[in-house]
Amino acid sequence: MANKITINWDKIQDIIEHYNSNPENLLMIMQDITNLYNYVPPEAIPLLKKKLNVKESLIYSVATFYKTISLEPRGKHIIHVCTGTACHILGAVKIMDAYKEELNIKEGQTTEDGLFSLEGVRCIGCCASGPVITVDKEIHGGLDRSKALNILELYKRSSERGEVERG
Amino acid sequence: MIKLNSIESLQKFRDSITSTRTRQGKRLISLCAGSGCGAYGTSGVYDELMKELSLQGLQEQFEVKLTGCHGFCEKGPIMVIYPDGIFYSQLKKEHMAEIVEKTLKTGELVKARLFKVESTQKKVSLEEEIPFYNLQKRIVLGNNGVIEPTSIDDYIAVGGYTALEKALSKMTPQNILDEISKSKLRGRGGGGFPTGVKWKTCARFDGPRYIICNADEGDPGAYMDRSILEGNPHSVVEGMIIGALAIGSSQGYVYVRHEYPLAVKNLSLAIEKARDYGILGKHILGSRIDFDITISRGGGAFVCGESTALMASLEGKPGRPRAKYVHTVEKGYREGPTTLNNVETWANVPIIINNGADWYCSIGTENSKGTKIFSLVGKVINTGLVEVPMGTSLRTIIFDIGGGVPKNKKFKAVQTGGPSGGCIPEAHLDLGVDFDELSRVGSIMGSGGMIVMDQNTCMVEVARYFVEFLQDESCGQCNPCREGLKQMLDILTRICEGHGKKGDIELLEELGAMIEKFSLCGLGTSAPNPVLSTIRYFRDEYEAHIKDKKCPSGVCKPLFHYEIDKDTCTGCMLCAKKCPHEAITGIKKEPHILNQEKCIKCGICYDNCKFNAIFIK
Repeated sequence: MANKITINWDKIQDIIEHYNSNPENLLMIMQDITNLYNYVPPEAIPLLKKKLNVKESLIYSVATFYKTISLEPRGKHIIHVCTGTACHILGAVKIMDAYKEELNIKEGQTTEDGLFSLEGVRCIGCCASGPVITVDKEIHGGLDRSKALNILELYKRSSERGEVERG
Repeated sequence: MIKLNSIESLQKFRDSITSTRTRQGKRLISLCAGSGCGAYGTSGVYDELMKELSLQGLQEQFEVKLTGCHGFCEKGPIMVIYPDGIFYSQLKKEHMAEIVEKTLKTGELVKARLFKVESTQKKVSLEEEIPFYNLQKRIVLGNNGVIEPTSIDDYIAVGGYTALEKALSKMTPQNILDEISKSKLRGRGGGGFPTGVKWKTCARFDGPRYIICNADEGDPGAYMDRSILEGNPHSVVEGMIIGALAIGSSQGYVYVRHEYPLAVKNLSLAIEKARDYGILGKHILGSRIDFDITISRGGGAFVCGESTALMASLEGKPGRPRAKYVHTVEKGYREGPTTLNNVETWANVPIIINNGADWYCSIGTENSKGTKIFSLVGKVINTGLVEVPMGTSLRTIIFDIGGGVPKNKKFKAVQTGGPSGGCIPEAHLDLGVDFDELSRVGSIMGSGGMIVMDQNTCMVEVARYFVEFLQDESCGQCNPCREGLKQMLDILTRICEGHGKKGDIELLEELGAMIEKFSLCGLGTSAPNPVLSTIRYFRDEYEAHIKDKKCPSGVCKPLFHYEIDKDTCTGCMLCAKKCPHEAITGIKKEPHILNQEKCIKCGICYDNCKFNAIFIK
């Protein structure tokens, strides 16, 4: 699984303050925390509860309702295979299958070494370039099985060299 | 910093930008930096172009703009050189030196980069000669190709915020309400509700009123809202300010998908700049009007496109819809009267105010006025965003603008309206697309997704795909949607796996009718559409799956296999080389053999065979 992280409490405080501790911004606060750690560490929930003055149940309810929030650690690189209609028609299933096979995980899981998480996403609006994936924030379009696997190779190799850092 | 504190100062500012630009006389090179072209590598092309311009000493003569989406995403990255409108597509950085050397220096065309028209096989040099563009009417998307979305000056220079000037100086709120009503503008997000009626009703209720832009473009396969926000965010901001003037609101929100980072970035920048200039915030352009816009990012829940769910989400709660006994125009966000419109609807507002309702009404059909942007995607040659007058036929859109189905395959259906829509067969291709005609044939306009399907698309699997999507996205509050869709999905999955039973089709129809009637919100009531419309038009495919245990399109893996036609196979060995499981063997120039035991039905051989020697059985 992914490595244990150390939480930078100051940064989380900053995020909450950036949104004026307004509970209406709970979802965006959690999205910004996700930008830091790729997930919302459950350890942060008591602080959110206190600062935003909301019930813990609301935080869990929001965190589990929305797809962009995960309470479990995710991999260093997150592969999102677009499963929108256009990509589906153009063969997104084949791309997803190729990754499942190659990484030996199911959709929604993270590799043993914590390097990759594989997730489906409902359309990123690049429908004319399908099938499309994003790795972290990079978009890769016009894929087939072999192109998709080449991209994976690229990230594996640069990760070995320690070049690809999360931006 | 420039602060525009009156309408006159905005007008003066516009004049000064345009006169400076005319004096400099730089030629414009527009390079598409939308997400679609970006995925094909615009940034590398841009860097190389800038390098070549400076190497060849031309940087003073040209102005390179990284614009929003030009719409022809499949051919990206795209470059248009003005004033002529020379159109180059599918660019790579290696092409830049030659383009700068020839076209920019001497006007000579680089033939290899010109666009080839499929029907005539002729190469053309100008944007206006390309059927994809010249059959469109791009009143909303038009400026996408000529302005830099991050520059408010660009927007102002092409006449941006003149509609706001007019609304502020020459119109009362009632005039604006009347003009929008008269234009017969209908909501572009899906429902097609008359915008004027919505605004007028909202303005009647007391309390702090809110304006919301729904940019939670959840419909998979549609991306016009992303394109407008990325390419021309100020048009939406301007539309919202005019809406605020009409209704009497001082606070607006844009609820935009988290999955659209570039749209969020460009819109944030637009709002910030408009605020700096005095176009948003306190005392807009020195008037007594206050109005500001806040961005809220969605969390990837399809149901949040539904207005009550969106407002719940905006309040920081899970996005669960509520029954609309009381409409949101009366009690919406924070229980206040709220006007919610879609991105494309807001972008139409300044156009109507500028050109007048009569002009707007001259475009379109009896009950659907103006243009509509469609995202033409799937199995079609020219994919991209297409803006056409309402009433344009499906055939024109798919075959004339879209160039038809690639690889000489047969057209099967077009899916409109996203997961709430339906599949339309060839028999209805001459239908003029507007709100009413599409619902007449069992589909909907929706937000404008148009997904073309060919002979290799299985309609049962498509229905299964949509139901799986909706079942996953159902918020789970009401029984018909939560349980009904689950049952539909079970049945459809069974059929696709080869375990369909007699009576399944009838059961699906019965379930569909129930879900349609008794669900709480729009997601549920429209959810059975993809199933019901495919049963209506493609019942034979369902029967082939259930009775013959065959998937004629070659999609449902347990229900077909590939075979090699010995007479057609030339023994070129391409399939044997490409097969990832070494299931194909054979000697050069002799028909190959496919080992069914090893075959995983990935379809690589089928897609790659140049002689159509591999077939589905």
